[in-house]
Amino acid sequence: MAITEARPEAGPSGSYGISARRHPIMEWLTTTDHKKIGIMYLVNSFFWFAVAGLLAVFIRVELAEPGIQYFTEQQYNELFTMHGTTMIFLFIIPILAGFGNYIVPLQIGALDMAFPRVNALSFWMLPLAGIILYSGYLTGGAACAGWTEYPTVSLQPCGTGVGTDLWIVALLLIGTSSILGGVNFITTIFNMRAPGMTMFRMPLFTWTMLVTSLLVLLATPVIASALVMLLIDRNLGGSFFDPAKGGITVLWQNVFWFYSHPAVYVMVLPGMGIVSEVLPVFSRKPLFGYKAFVFATAGIGALGFSVWAHHMFTTGTVLLPFFSIMTFLIAVPTGVKFFNWIATLWKGKIWFTTANLFAFGFLSMFLIGGIDGVFLASPPVDFALHDTYWVIAHIHYVLFGGSVFAVYAGFYYWFPKFTGKRLNEGLGKLHFWLQMIGFNLTFMPMHVLGLLGMPRRISDYIPFTDWTGLNQLQTAGSLLIAVSTAPFLANVWMTLRRKDRDPENPWDANTLEWWTTSPPPAHNFDSLPEIHSERPLFDAQHADELSVHADATTTGAR
Amino acid sequence: MAVADATVRETPAGPGHERTGGISSSLLGMVLFIASEVMFFGGLFGAYFTLRTAAPEWPPPGTPELDKLYALGLTAVLVSSSVTMQLGVFAIRRNDQKWLVRWLVVTLVLGSLFLIGQGNEYHTLFTEGMTLRSGVFGSTFFTLTGFHGAHVFGGAVFILIVLLRARSGQFTARYHDTVEMASYYWHFVDVVWLGLVTTIYLLSQ
Repeated sequence: MAITEARPEAGPSGSYGISARRHPIMEWLTTTDHKKIGIMYLVNSFFWFAVAGLLAVFIRVELAEPGIQYFTEQQYNELFTMHGTTMIFLFIIPILAGFGNYIVPLQIGALDMAFPRVNALSFWMLPLAGIILYSGYLTGGAACAGWTEYPTVSLQPCGTGVGTDLWIVALLLIGTSSILGGVNFITTIFNMRAPGMTMFRMPLFTWTMLVTSLLVLLATPVIASALVMLLIDRNLGGSFFDPAKGGITVLWQNVFWFYSHPAVYVMVLPGMGIVSEVLPVFSRKPLFGYKAFVFATAGIGALGFSVWAHHMFTTGTVLLPFFSIMTFLIAVPTGVKFFNWIATLWKGKIWFTTANLFAFGFLSMFLIGGIDGVFLASPPVDFALHDTYWVIAHIHYVLFGGSVFAVYAGFYYWFPKFTGKRLNEGLGKLHFWLQMIGFNLTFMPMHVLGLLGMPRRISDYIPFTDWTGLNQLQTAGSLLIAVSTAPFLANVWMTLRRKDRDPENPWDANTLEWWTTSPPPAHNFDSLPEIHSERPLFDAQHADELSVHADATTTGAR
Repeated sequence: MAVADATVRETPAGPGHERTGGISSSLLGMVLFIASEVMFFGGLFGAYFTLRTAAPEWPPPGTPELDKLYALGLTAVLVSSSVTMQLGVFAIRRNDQKWLVRWLVVTLVLGSLFLIGQGNEYHTLFTEGMTLRSGVFGSTFFTLTGFHGAHVFGGAVFILIVLLRARSGQFTARYHDTVEMASYYWHFVDVVWLGLVTTIYLLSQ
């Protein structure tokens, strides 16, 4: 049986002899410790981020001038397909699950995840899936029908290879990994909270991971069903999607987006959770409207299941008013969250750390991306902008401006938890500003190009002077984003080599993960505080004042 | 809020903090996994209904007639295996290890019988010319019933493992979460079949 409730070697008696005798490499390869697995998630996801980023640079280099320069059309199709697939399925979704792995058990005072071995299985499927996905190149052609793999294009071969089939298998593996991870997170959060850690005292990152896991659990199997149908159509002569055999192409779009729209919230809700941890700590205030934030998160999760067909407005097969209104409604809970964040900052004692700058980056860039999306929710606008660069601007402002900025905010914020050392603030700020400028140079012009009608997924374009100029601006911006990674990597490298340590709780944060040492011991906690609120560390530090205050009020001495 | 006493408790945190009551993590995990399986079959059923609604005629002309009586026989086998599984669960709740083993054996035999019966039906349909390739009906029929059959097989392997563990006396009235998990899964597989037999066999022709 692969399912146990606790790691046998991690009993409270504290005998960790088995781990200590193992070679470090074996220890990492066989670990079931949620913290080590979390770190491996982060490292693996960052590797695929770099790979997919490289593909993006290739795309931008090809588009720097009209005409076809460096890549054939077939290669270009493979580039944007693999870029999108890798960024979404091997970078953003797993890296947020990686933060969840490391942080959630610590935030709720648990010893580990509920199913540690299943957790290790979830992780190890990811590098395997990445290898399978990219081995398409070895067979003469990687997947090439875009990350959405619409039939009938995806029913045709890519070059001479079996890239699309490998893409399907890789996504099935990643989906299984996600589902097992979702089961694990939900069980952990429901069953393993420390005494006193009621649901409404959980840190907001844990809340967002809970809602995200529910989305993963209920949406991912649906894309798995779509993937097996596509696999059957391609290899076993099935007729689900091929109109020539009585199939329906739009069926794929329905089942695909039934997952892939909730997946957008899987990619952004944990980011919102990270920002909701970072902003209160660096404004020295509790989050404004905790419960409103929780209900807004649940609301986004629930609405997320009723908007999938807004990706299919132009197919003419969906009920436009319904899906349009539901999509507009998503802006309401998101707006609630913006009020939460802004009111948290209001009159706060704001501390401009790198983590906080990235959180501000998230607020501003995600806001632009969200507004882009509200435009697209209107069918007449969508009919005009469908499949243009406007959509690409929207997705990148949401997933890069939103998720990636939040990932960096979380990384700078929790790095001292992972290692006991803070990252260098100077290099961190350089990283932030280079990325912020590069990001806007790359993706802001896409709005204009989209309005001018430049189509997505085409390696060539008409040599209008304004199109060429805007494309060159984007290419320069994308190179700046690539360059901005250098100070980040140098920062991590130098900080890891640094000998001296920072305080255990360098940001003076109040959630439970900062109660234990940095980095935490294998069993996470030697002790736990009494938990009376969502800020147990604050309560413990100010216990004297608070108890005096409580006594005074109860005895009526004031 | 009364924050009167924020002293540190010296006892280390246990994995589940030794809660009383509530659902055990293994069972909760199983329920969640089954929820995801329901959504998987939901996707396949959705595809079936979409294709069926769009088809000019259902079943498409030339489709061999499905044997409803045979399907009801298979249903009887699978439903009774669910009953015997539950009898095994009741047995171990009484701490009756002997009857747990017996009921698990009966369940496994019935499950295997179902799979053999399904194989036999596939064989008949193949000889009548219906395959995955033979159009919308064949694709949906074999995909839905095939994935269900694969789940029956998976459930049977699960029950076999539970049976081997039960024979060596690993379960008691207090510790038998794995038996409960296997029963949850087996009942789920049974319910999916009831959905399949209703939509594909009874409401089809």
